[in-house]
Amino acid sequence: MTKTPLLEVQDLKVSYGGIQALKGISLTIAQGELVTLIGSNGAGKTTTLKALAGLLHPASGKVDYQDKSLLHIPAHQRVANGISLVPEGRGIFARLTVEENLLMGAYVRSDKTETATDLERQYALFPRLAERRTQLAGTLSGGEQQMVAMARALMSHPTLLMLDEPSMGLAPLMVEKIFETIRDISAQGVTILLVEQNAKLALEAAQRGYVLESGAITLSGAASELLGSDAVQRAYLGA
Amino acid sequence: MDIFFQQIINGLVQGSVYALVALGYTMVYGILGLINFAHGEVVMIGAMIALTALQALLAAAFAPVLAVLFSLMIAMAVCMALGYSIERIAYRPLRHAPRLAPLITAIGVSIVLQNLAMMIWGREYHSFTLPFTSTSHHLGGAVMNDVQIGIVIVALVIMAGLMWLVHHTRTGRAMRAVAENPAAATLMGVDINRVISVTFMLGSALAAIAGFMVSANYGIVHYYMGFMLGLKAFTAAVLGGIGNLRGAMLGGVLLGLIESLGAGYIGDLTGGFLGSHYQDVFAFFVLIAVLVFRPSGLLGEKLAERA
Ligand SMILES: Nc1ncnc2c1ncn2[C@@H]1O[C@H](COP(=O)(O)OP(=O)(O)O)[C@@H](O)[C@H]1O
Ligand SMILES: [Mg+2]
Repeated sequence: MTKTPLLEVQDLKVSYGGIQALKGISLTIAQGELVTLIGSNGAGKTTTLKALAGLLHPASGKVDYQDKSLLHIPAHQRVANGISLVPEGRGIFARLTVEENLLMGAYVRSDKTETATDLERQYALFPRLAERRTQLAGTLSGGEQQMVAMARALMSHPTLLMLDEPSMGLAPLMVEKIFETIRDISAQGVTILLVEQNAKLALEAAQRGYVLESGAITLSGAASELLGSDAVQRAYLGA
Repeated sequence: MDIFFQQIINGLVQGSVYALVALGYTMVYGILGLINFAHGEVVMIGAMIALTALQALLAAAFAPVLAVLFSLMIAMAVCMALGYSIERIAYRPLRHAPRLAPLITAIGVSIVLQNLAMMIWGREYHSFTLPFTSTSHHLGGAVMNDVQIGIVIVALVIMAGLMWLVHHTRTGRAMRAVAENPAAATLMGVDINRVISVTFMLGSALAAIAGFMVSANYGIVHYYMGFMLGLKAFTAAVLGGIGNLRGAMLGGVLLGLIESLGAGYIGDLTGGFLGSHYQDVFAFFVLIAVLVFRPSGLLGEKLAERA
């Protein structure tokens, strides 16, 4: 089972001013995989995703995507290359309607009829959003806003979808619904890098996982193995 | 009663100009949180270019209507290039600097443009006459001429067009997205530098149109004309709620009305002590009153949101 890596990160270092947030991390993601990156608050998960999306510039390291270096590609062009990030805190446009938010997701796509079909597909995936399509996104509940953020990202037809703590601040029922959707998206063949603090849920959904601690990867492996490992049990699952 | 009606007309005409200029301030503020104090000078440059182009086109025996139309288009093109360059050269390098830096730079750009205009066009007043007669129409006891009617109609059409662009096109949607959350807009694939450039160019095109309008209305252009006009349009933008497009339009028209009604009645109000040449004070009363009592303006949201 040798899949070609879609994304290959080597020795990635990112600093904020003098503070090194990533101390040289390496990870690979194969086409179609659902990989999770778990770690406690402040470990560097968001920093990793922002660097991959191009919002932060690494001090050093290698980031190859589809066998080409991403490092000199500006953030806004990475979307057109199929890399989409649903940021921490969702980053929805509160003063745009739900539908306008979704259309922003299709900003890099030019085919109008395809965009219209995509809209209907998102509404089928999230019927709640269909009811609220003309509502300002800022008036939605947290869970609905997370749906907007995910649907918006899907509008760009991502090859690699990165999700930063999609369950943050949501009620348990909504968390379940969001994770169900993540599995659906994965089943459709989209490669996913899922960042979570909720290690149990993330590892149950993912095929492989990485554990990030203080800017370094300390453990990696099949999700089921990580889920059973003592270290993960102790640190993240309160066992 | 005749004075009242006449001042309403004058106020609407002047207010239309303020509204167009205020839109430029408010669009830039909405996207960058920057008060582009050089915007008034862009209006002045627009007027100057229009004057020069109009004279040249008429000298080249263009039909009057074409000469007017082309000179306006040339002024718009030059101002768009100017607005684009101002952002690229003066503001973009300071994008992440403390807020005072771009503000001081804006004042610097303003001084540079004024002096440049003075070097090119001199310190004297130039008369700006349209190559056709503007008929006066009597409405009740008040008078409104063709130029004034034209100003109000063109301003309305332009504002309707701008609202359509902002609310119903892909570029307009991107502008609103960048204004609200630049990082998230980047994640959607929006090149925010491009959106910012477009915003400056749009505002500058409106400034050129406004410059043409005031010149045609008063018949005079001068290298210093942009200063007071810019300050008043800024006041209008603050009155409506800076960052808010509808607010800029409302604030512009309201300020025009307040000013002209104030000028019409200031003599009566002060027993002849102050004359109508004191009309400028009203704009600044309005500015101070808004800043004291409602800093967010009539239609604005809490300022904290962008601070
Ligand atoms: N904008 C910033 N400026 C300075 N330090 C930051 C900034 N953002 C994050 N950090 C620091 O970088 C480290 C990693 O943060 P982050 O990537 O947000 O962690 P996580 O997403 O895993 O909670 C933390 O120590 C955090 O304090
Ligand atoms: Mg985080």
